[in-house]
Amino acid sequence: MEIAVVFLPLAAAILAGGLVRSPVAAMVITCGAVTLAAVLSLPLLAQAIAGRAETVTLFEWMPAHSTSITWALRIDTLSAVMISVVTSVSAAVHIYAVGYMSHDHHRARFFAYLSLFTFAMLALVTADNLVQMFFGWEGVGLASYLLIGFWFHKDSANSASIKAFLVNRVGDIGFALGIFAAIAWFGSASFDQLFADPQALATQRVPFLGADIHALSVVCFLLFIGAMGKSAQIGLHTWLPDAMEGPTPVSALIHAATMVTAGVFMLARLSPLLEHTPELRTVIVLVGVATCFIAATIGMTQFDIKRVVAYSTMSQLGYMVFAAGLGAYPVAIFHLMTHAFFKALLFLGAGSVIHALSDEQDMRNMGGLAKTIPITYTVMWIGTLALAGIGIPGLIGFAGFYSKDLILEVAGTHHTWVGTIAFIIGLIVALLTALYSTRLMMLTFHGPARADEAILARAHESPPIMLAPLIFLAVGSVLVGVIAVSAFAGDDRTAFWGASIALNETIGNAHHAPLWMKIAPVAMGLIGILAGWLVYGRAPNLAANIATRTRVIYQLFFRKWYFDEIYEHMFVRPAWSIGQIFWQTGDRTIIDGAGPHGLAALTKWGAARLVKIQTGYIYHYAFAMLIGLVLLLFVLWGGW
Amino acid sequence: MLLAGVTFLPALGALALLLFVHGDDKQAQRNSRIMTLWTSTITFLVSLVLWTRFDSQVIGFQMVTELPWLEDLGISFRLGVDGISVLFVLLSTMLMPLCILASWQSITRSVKHYMIAFLVLETLMIGTFCALDLVVFYIFFEGVLIPMFLIIGIWGSGEERIYAAFKFFLFTLLGSILLLVAVIYIVVSVGTADIRTLFHTDIPRAAQMWLWLAMFASFAVKMPMWPVHTWLPDAHVQAPTAGSVILAGVLLKMGGYGFLRLSLPILPDASAFFAPMVLTLSVIAIIYASLVALVQQDMKKLIAYSSIAHMGLVTAGIFSFTVDGVQGAILLMVSHGFTSAALFLCVGVLYDRTHTRAIERFGGVVKAMPIFALCFMIFTMASIGLPGTSGFVGEFLALVGLFQVNIPVAIIATFGAVLGAAYMLVLYRNVMYGKPSELALTLRDLVNREIVIFLPLIVLIMWLGLYPAPFFDKIGNSAYNLVYLFENR
Repeated sequence: MEIAVVFLPLAAAILAGGLVRSPVAAMVITCGAVTLAAVLSLPLLAQAIAGRAETVTLFEWMPAHSTSITWALRIDTLSAVMISVVTSVSAAVHIYAVGYMSHDHHRARFFAYLSLFTFAMLALVTADNLVQMFFGWEGVGLASYLLIGFWFHKDSANSASIKAFLVNRVGDIGFALGIFAAIAWFGSASFDQLFADPQALATQRVPFLGADIHALSVVCFLLFIGAMGKSAQIGLHTWLPDAMEGPTPVSALIHAATMVTAGVFMLARLSPLLEHTPELRTVIVLVGVATCFIAATIGMTQFDIKRVVAYSTMSQLGYMVFAAGLGAYPVAIFHLMTHAFFKALLFLGAGSVIHALSDEQDMRNMGGLAKTIPITYTVMWIGTLALAGIGIPGLIGFAGFYSKDLILEVAGTHHTWVGTIAFIIGLIVALLTALYSTRLMMLTFHGPARADEAILARAHESPPIMLAPLIFLAVGSVLVGVIAVSAFAGDDRTAFWGASIALNETIGNAHHAPLWMKIAPVAMGLIGILAGWLVYGRAPNLAANIATRTRVIYQLFFRKWYFDEIYEHMFVRPAWSIGQIFWQTGDRTIIDGAGPHGLAALTKWGAARLVKIQTGYIYHYAFAMLIGLVLLLFVLWGGW
Repeated sequence: MLLAGVTFLPALGALALLLFVHGDDKQAQRNSRIMTLWTSTITFLVSLVLWTRFDSQVIGFQMVTELPWLEDLGISFRLGVDGISVLFVLLSTMLMPLCILASWQSITRSVKHYMIAFLVLETLMIGTFCALDLVVFYIFFEGVLIPMFLIIGIWGSGEERIYAAFKFFLFTLLGSILLLVAVIYIVVSVGTADIRTLFHTDIPRAAQMWLWLAMFASFAVKMPMWPVHTWLPDAHVQAPTAGSVILAGVLLKMGGYGFLRLSLPILPDASAFFAPMVLTLSVIAIIYASLVALVQQDMKKLIAYSSIAHMGLVTAGIFSFTVDGVQGAILLMVSHGFTSAALFLCVGVLYDRTHTRAIERFGGVVKAMPIFALCFMIFTMASIGLPGTSGFVGEFLALVGLFQVNIPVAIIATFGAVLGAAYMLVLYRNVMYGKPSELALTLRDLVNREIVIFLPLIVLIMWLGLYPAPFFDKIGNSAYNLVYLFENR
């Protein structure tokens, strides 16, 4: 069963990628395989929840001297939840893409990549050691690279795909070094062995450059750098907005619902270790909070519909990361799951809009589409309300309501300075989230239509094969929170998670949060929506006025806090110039100049001098011989 | 006897070519190609027998052949293999038929002599990896220089092939003279050239230092290590495709093999003393060569610089003196043998069709050559060291070993992975993606002969990447024994 779930998508990818010729066959095979995997994942989940976690060992991978690495599928509640989320969203996206990509000549390749991605993601979440996790980690990176650059004739897509791969590689270096450190200091990269006695690992200190450092914190910190890359945390986030160059189904599956959450999954997976690194968790919280805030500010100012959703994703990832940093790992995974549904919904909805408007992505050229594409409009509102976390505390709400409220309650009841910071910023960002989401809805669907007449005339609702996944995800965005809250983070959490994740008192504390703390996030969401409606729906010039009044801050947000420009000048250009210097000056002038060319010149010069000795005059030679003879006799008799 | 058979079969083939094929007309060319392909294929099959007969439980050398030669001087013709050498023998015999196939159409003049050069080269390479006698090793090791010099100088594709051939010769000769001095000194002072005896002979520390440096000069040039690497890009650019394949696939490994076979076990004190220097040069090579690779405009030059960077990690792994590091270095060399060979073959495929290697002339090739694009992508990923490909296993282990002994060096070396990804992906983008150039639209996708060349390399890359246990099995004891000998002298 486990093997079928994980390897069906791989088999489909291979078939669709090289062995079948017709695109229709490729689509049927990949959609069928992933849907089947989604169905089969449910019994796995049931089995894991029932407490029958197991690890299926496949075969030995690297029987190295210091530790042996195996291929294995680890099925516990944590991985089973991830498998279900990944396969079900993936199935929805596969089916949606049948409609979305119907005009593309290379769709067989597209579906092969999508399925390959699904396989790599499953390999990542089922890993039973860090190295296999790294395999899945870089595997999803490869699939992401291939899919961002899917339209290979677009230069912007090619640059974006390389940027995504390289920025992720920077994070992966941290991950890799974390693995090396774990092997060098703890003697293993296997989760079972690392989790066996975290207490003992936490006492270990190692020397580094004269300092005495806490081994476990360093290992976890290095691994967290990997998580920062994949989950687009501040500093290593610049690739995510650019990744929107890929086809929209890719953005929904990879850059919203699944791959970018891998970092959060990693934190949950490592939770038994993180429990013993309180200082590091403070850092994690701060990184998450900063990401959450900065992404939201940028999201408010962008005009590309997909980029708005992308920054929203980054912001929500910030929530998940700081939740994990605060120790509420199950809550982070809970938000990961609800987010997977409503964010995939928002992306696919955005795709439906783009599809309707003949590939227009700039919201300044949209507006008034509510009547033209009513179903898309409706599901997009559902997604927006879920993202804004709207609900009635104590009663019922959209999916995001349950998970986001809980994160903020965890922060509010944490009683640490980082907890307080996280709570305050989290609340502000809840308002911003609702604001930019409403802005998106207003600019896209309400107000006057700003698109070309010709484009508007051709605008149409998407075909049923695209709408069905939208409706499936909309239902998920409404229901998944209320269904899962009790198991994920409520009273059933101990039975539900078993030993797969570290449970501590943070969630219990959150349940006893004061009433105002439970209401505040929803209130912020409602204020945000109201503000968005006022600014972008009622007073069309207000937004522009605010932008001019706050010019410096607006520019900072609009230009994405200048990260790209700074990196360009700090890393990218210097690398190229240094490369030129090393090549032209280092290799050609210095090494070759002193080496072969210098030697050749020296030989030539020396030969030219030596030639002069051979004058051709007998008496010169006779004179030299005479001197030689004298010297020889002198040596022999002198007894030297 | 099996070992001598594998070693000299290609030479016999060369002799047959010399005796039975005359002239350079179409028929003679055809005969030379077919005879050479047969010879190299049979050699490969015989070496497979060697692979299966090899008992990985045995510690030390096996299938030892000893023929008396210069008994008075302690020099004999001794051959034998351990887990390290058997892997390199297989690498050589496996690549050779592919090289012959790759030269099938692109070499059109003096085909007979070209084939003879390659067969002689094969004998010399295999001999280097099997030699158990210092003098025999030296002869094979340096003999390789001659056919390679001719291949670059005569069948090279560029204007500056003579310059490149001489540069290659000069650099290598410099090292080879010093190696010869070291060999003579050891044979004279110890009284035997038997490498197995030398493993247990204590050479005075002061002498070790000079001997080590002399050997280092030769092996560092062959690797090549920074700063004696500048011959390699020129040699690659001017060499014919098959010449590049052998140069990158096998010849570069001879330096690493020399460190493993001679420097570490025979001169342990000096190796330990100079290790910081080697590690420093290694990380310089990784970063420096990667940055230079970024700005290259010629595909072959770019891959040549990437080889220098990869070899930097190999030397670093070896001089970590850990079992992981040594195993990693060996597997990295084997993997690089597959991937660099494959990448040079890819360049060859494009060069055969267009007669240019300038990156800016290409773009959008994927449109006309989808099968080629897939192969090239797999090789690119293997070169980047994506987990699941052969490149990862070696890199991972080498770094695991390095991290145990020197964390700063391991960190810098790991950063090479970002630069490695950068230059390879930029190369792939500029050649394969983008708007198709006029040149790119006229191209024809891979023909069957080319698919036959690529397929085994893909299989090997995936095999070593996903299930390297059989490789570990072969090298495990030898690597362990090597480090054990080193540590317990």
